[in-house]
Amino acid sequence: MLTLPPFQYHRPTSVAEAVALLGEHGGKAKLIAGGTDLVPNMKHRLHTPEHVIGLRDVAELHRVGSRDGALTIGAMVTLADLARDERVSAIFPSLTKAASQIAGPQLREMGTVGGNLALDTRCVYYNQTYFWRKALGYCLKKDGTVCHVVKGGQKCVAAASNDTAPVLIALGATVRLVSPRGAREVPLDQFYVADGVKNTVLEPDELLTEVRVLLPQGRLVNGYQKLRIRASIDYPSLTVAVAAWLEKDGSAQWIRMVLSALGSRPHPVKRIEHLFGKPIDAAAIEELGQAAFKQCHPLTNINVDPGWRRQMIPVFVRRAWAQALAIRS
Amino acid sequence: MARPSKQLVRLDVNQDVHDVAVEPRTTLLEAIRYALRLTGSKQGCDKGDCGACTVLVDGRPVLSCISLAVEGQGRKITTIEGLADGNHAHPVQDAFDVCGALQCGFCQSGMMLSAAALLEQNPRPSRDAIKEALSGNLCRCTGYTQILDAVEVASGQRDVPERDERPTTVRR
Ligand SMILES: Cc1cc2nc3c(=O)[nH]c(=O)nc-3n(C[C@H](O)[C@H](O)[C@H](O)COP(=O)(O)OP(=O)(O)OC[C@H]3O[C@@H](n4cnc5c(N)ncnc54)[C@H](O)[C@@H]3O)c2cc1C
Ligand code: SF4
Repeated sequence: MLTLPPFQYHRPTSVAEAVALLGEHGGKAKLIAGGTDLVPNMKHRLHTPEHVIGLRDVAELHRVGSRDGALTIGAMVTLADLARDERVSAIFPSLTKAASQIAGPQLREMGTVGGNLALDTRCVYYNQTYFWRKALGYCLKKDGTVCHVVKGGQKCVAAASNDTAPVLIALGATVRLVSPRGAREVPLDQFYVADGVKNTVLEPDELLTEVRVLLPQGRLVNGYQKLRIRASIDYPSLTVAVAAWLEKDGSAQWIRMVLSALGSRPHPVKRIEHLFGKPIDAAAIEELGQAAFKQCHPLTNINVDPGWRRQMIPVFVRRAWAQALAIRS
Repeated sequence: MARPSKQLVRLDVNQDVHDVAVEPRTTLLEAIRYALRLTGSKQGCDKGDCGACTVLVDGRPVLSCISLAVEGQGRKITTIEGLADGNHAHPVQDAFDVCGALQCGFCQSGMMLSAAALLEQNPRPSRDAIKEALSGNLCRCTGYTQILDAVEVASGQRDVPERDERPTTVRR
């Protein structure tokens, strides 16, 4: 039996009310969406907020729509509803694929897009009971002064494990953040920072209200691959999201490729610009795989062999592109 | 911090309305098992991995061990005790029985609720769709085969297996 620590529960019915509560309780409060990340973490005493603010009754956060040429997904849209949405799968099959592979069926009925993007980072030395962590000795991310993954390391490298993040970065999404100080729009690739203790720029009094993805006018191709031990329930051990904009002649105007579930933030693969303006053929895909392989170094932050995860990088890059390009034809 | 006082929540469980005094930190599973004494929903891993605590909320399968009881207010909750229609077992319950789709029985409530929710949406699911729908329910005894068979029997896509009446100890 794992009990929750005590807290006060609040149930706002609008974004304004939720933000006012955040303003009042700030660092002592936690938002709860589906609760599938927060509740287990609270049971493990990784978070012990005095106030928990439930977003379930905030109707304006539950919508999928389009505005100003962009698809908008409310923070409280469940992963199951996102995965079932045909407007999404018609244009962004990689997002549908990512959402439909998160955790298991019940968790997707509960879990939300906002909660997924704000998911706490994960580590085999962190996602444990209080008793377990105390027995081993605490670590930098919670209550301690050392890192058990990188000996002597001064920075937590717990893994960004959210499936929708790499996909939405590859698709160029932005998120809208609202606090008592106002609203700001942040490109998702700037939303994450390289710090496993807290890997987002979200302030303690900020609420993520929606994700915006520009609707493509031309030929967008996109794909997603997820490595995990079991095909259900398990968090990812490696994820690869790819997207490209193809010109009429088949050459790529731009290419984006994001790998995740390795370090504390999703990694957009760099130095691939020389492949722009050319078709994405077998040689280009091979080069993309090698670039990703060189730039990414899996760690022992997850209980899955880092050597194997690294060897799977070029394989999954190949599969992601095969999927993206086949979907187009 | 001082422990917040209990509050009354109105829970609609199996079409019975209960006013239950809970702390905000009480999980839906704890309310169902320990306040309502409906112990068919099982407490397994208690952290969202195993699916033994699955209940239906507004017809969708969710994990009650990581749901807050206070958030169950205003929603229709179905536990395994509410799956049968009066004295008539749900087709999934019958099928689990005739297929021998269980051994220790711990995962069974959750399995049957996930299966019932699937058949509600998709009355004739493929074997792959059944596997997918039950993939959030772990079973440590059966190897799953009879469970998948049972859902096919419940959906009328497979014949009811003949019962083997010999005692199991002398079976070859
Ligand atoms: C067994 C298991 C397996 C899982 N497997 C996967 C997996 O494979 N892939 C994956 O990506 N996830 C996985 N998860 C995690 C989780 O189910 C999903 O990431 C889900 O989308 C989290 O959303 P939630 O609404 O439940 O978040 P919550 O638990 O409600 O919230 C998570 C965090 O986000 C914050 N938050 C929530 N909403 C907002 C908002 N609108 N604005 C600002 N902050 C907010 C909360 O304060 C909290 O810190 C798994 C979980 C479990 C228990
Ligand atoms: S990476 Fe190091 S500091 Fe971070 S959670 Fe793991 S052990 Fe702790």
